Amino acid sequence: MASGIRDKVAILGMGCTRFGERWNEGPEDLMVEAFDEALADAGIERSLIQAAWFGSCFDDVNVGKSALPLSLSLRLPNIAVTRVENFCASGTEAFRGAVYAVASGAYDVVLALGAEKLKDIGYGGLPEFSSAMGTLNYLWFPNVTAPGSFAMLASSYSARYNIPMDEIKRAMTHISVKSHANGTKNPKAHLRKAVSDDQVMNAPMIAYPLGLFDCCGVSDGAACAIVTTPEIAKSLGKKDLVTVKALQLALSNGTELAYDWDGAHFVTTTKASTEAYKEAGVTDPRQEISMMEVHDCFSITELITMEDLHISKRGQGPKDILDGFYDADGQVPCQIDGGLKCFGHPIGASGIRMVYEMYLQLLGRAGERQLKDPRLGLTHNLGGLPIMNVCSIAILGKYCA
Amino acid sequence: MIGITSYGGYIPRLRLSRMVIIQNMAWYFPVIMAVSQGEKSVANWDEDAVSMAVAAAWDCMTGQDRQRLDAVYLASTTLPFADRLNAGILAAALNAPEEGVVNADFGSCQKAGTTAAITALEALASGQKQSILVAASDQRRAKLATMQEMFIGDGAAALLMGKEDVIASYLGSHSINCDFIDHYKGCGHAYDYNWEERWVRDEGYGKIIPQAIAGFLKKTGLSIKDFARVIYPCYFSGTHKAIAKTIGADPAVVHGNLHEVCGDTGTAHSLVMLVSALEDAQPGDKLLVAGFGQGCDVLGFEATDKLAAFKGPRGIKGSLSQRVEMPNYQKFAKFRDLITADLGIRGEANPNTSLTALWRRKKMILALAGCKCRKCGTAQFPPLPVCVKPECLGKEFDEYEFADKQGSILMFTGDLLSPSVDPPAVYGMVAFDGGGRTMLDFTDCNLNQITVGMKVKMSFRRRYADQMRGFTGYFWKAVPQIEG
Repeated sequence: MASGIRDKVAILGMGCTRFGERWNEGPEDLMVEAFDEALADAGIERSLIQAAWFGSCFDDVNVGKSALPLSLSLRLPNIAVTRVENFCASGTEAFRGAVYAVASGAYDVVLALGAEKLKDIGYGGLPEFSSAMGTLNYLWFPNVTAPGSFAMLASSYSARYNIPMDEIKRAMTHISVKSHANGTKNPKAHLRKAVSDDQVMNAPMIAYPLGLFDCCGVSDGAACAIVTTPEIAKSLGKKDLVTVKALQLALSNGTELAYDWDGAHFVTTTKASTEAYKEAGVTDPRQEISMMEVHDCFSITELITMEDLHISKRGQGPKDILDGFYDADGQVPCQIDGGLKCFGHPIGASGIRMVYEMYLQLLGRAGERQLKDPRLGLTHNLGGLPIMNVCSIAILGKYCA
Repeated sequence: MIGITSYGGYIPRLRLSRMVIIQNMAWYFPVIMAVSQGEKSVANWDEDAVSMAVAAAWDCMTGQDRQRLDAVYLASTTLPFADRLNAGILAAALNAPEEGVVNADFGSCQKAGTTAAITALEALASGQKQSILVAASDQRRAKLATMQEMFIGDGAAALLMGKEDVIASYLGSHSINCDFIDHYKGCGHAYDYNWEERWVRDEGYGKIIPQAIAGFLKKTGLSIKDFARVIYPCYFSGTHKAIAKTIGADPAVVHGNLHEVCGDTGTAHSLVMLVSALEDAQPGDKLLVAGFGQGCDVLGFEATDKLAAFKGPRGIKGSLSQRVEMPNYQKFAKFRDLITADLGIRGEANPNTSLTALWRRKKMILALAGCKCRKCGTAQFPPLPVCVKPECLGKEFDEYEFADKQGSILMFTGDLLSPSVDPPAVYGMVAFDGGGRTMLDFTDCNLNQITVGMKVKMSFRRRYADQMRGFTGYFWKAVPQIEG
């Protein structure tokens, strides 16, 4: 009988680059920067690393295919390196690969590294996807962009709960204002300026009803984790251990697109969060989860995700958001590091960046933005489009806590 | 009896007032002010001769059996493919039979529409065919500030020809074929080259049409006075009137050239006018229709008693009444690719079209055919090997057509980041009446008028034009029914 991942794997060390427009660094520089920090944090010889998982998404416009970019950049000693890609869940997938490799007993110490170099394409936003969607989809699928595909949710959410678009827009605005405020306290964040409600509300439209400030930063960056078993971590002299409490993945099977869906929730997140709470032994997430880093690629995504994570009741997300429930001083701070919105979103790195923030917070190392005694942190990624996506969720906490 | 058994029409909803052209371009060529009356129809940026033909053909096939078609003819001088049967795209969009049919394109001259009609009627008369669809469509481009820009409009018409339930019986035809070149368009050239208007009017339209009509009357033993409607093209309105006098027709029975409501729709125009006339015809009315171009075709029809009970589709009148003014001349010029606007680097992506994937999925792509699970009855799109209903997992399906289904909007957006000729790119999810849902581009709509729950109809559109390889890709889009 499977027993889940809870407390089987500990984080030995983590690293994360400054995210942003890193015009003068290539993906290899970013990978080395994140890795050097993680190795120093772990305090081990690099020769202890027996295998690695590498996450990147838009491989053809940045790092290139295969896991070789990681092996070559770090000059790894001819060990096993696997590249994973699962849209915006790619970073968490790399982490999952490494964690499961340790949990299986196949390896003692494993590296997970996610990297993305998005600012080499010559235009804003994510790389265009038409050539990456497959030959059949190219023949019929609407010419969607990321903001457009998520923006649609606002119309169906508004219709489903009969909440006027103006009120949804106010809640979305608060989401972005809050994340910008959090981002000012993070020296590694891409966007570090506070913004006002008026700035957000009056920003140019990108995809109705999402304006510029409803969209996250598109950034370069890398993040990594070195993982091992709690026993080995202790034997290496680590005292405060952060362990993985849950690690879940859920994928769409086409029902949202082609069978039945209200367009006001994420089927995958609803499922993955339920499984994650079960795996972590969480029974009342609104009370038990101390903090979250969710996939706020767009403000509407964060709004709806609050309900899919079973923290806000259905239809009550906007109210909780406007009440400040998810603010830095609220009951469940969300995006305390600035989120994708302000920390930035180098896709392959994002999932590990979220784990990095939970790790820092749990160890009391988050500096100016440190929360008081967090117990459990949740990270969430949503890759793809609302109508068909990949959701990953991780829950992290202190060992034996 | 052979003749017309159904008709359909399509005039795109966008109308460009000729005063808008004049306001923008008369500084360059003031002569265009002479024909400033009314407005011309303008195809949307995602329409072309094939997509408009599909719209007219679907209109014509409303309530008709598409499986009985044994030929599909498409007439146009602006077909997107020089070598790929354009009528085959039309037939595929109708989900018409492939086996035992003879489909064909008719082109290269403005009378190709009437020539296709005569060919169809003669094939029926020979006994070799039972049911033939004839569609004619044109979407011509003209240089800025030309008489052609003023005269031409976009549109399509379709006639179903057969032997049963004939609504207008065929009385015969007569043609003149001669190499009179009022204008021409060389292969690979974008625009027509036009000869002097006075010569075209007096020696072309003014002489050849009367000569052909005289020949037709002599051959059939009919008199021009026998006809309740006399239809011939001529975008010079003065010459159009003068021809009536030459042939001795009462001006009251001469069908107008539609200059003021849509302009001259080229190869489609004679059939567009014929459909418009059929919409008003009474049983017993005789109709004469001529097509002009390197000669002249003349055909006669007589409305039967069946016409009285014939429930007309949208047709030409319905299309003409669904109009939206296009006040922006630059937008018109961009839609016809007469000016260059930047799509940005994001707009450069240009994968080729997988012809193998298109062949495997031709019904899905061209006919919007999905499937219905034999186990649970769920209609679904796209058709995939395993039923989409959770826990059903059925693997046996019947084909299920979505092209003629209405749906309602579940969610939508207007995307300004997506590269589009007409931003924002509006798209969303649609749930079909009777089951099935999918995500589609929306067209012929204004973002500000769309709401969740609004009804949509399906429309076959150009999805992309791959300029590098010369390939045009088509798929279906949702048209929000803004007027309810």
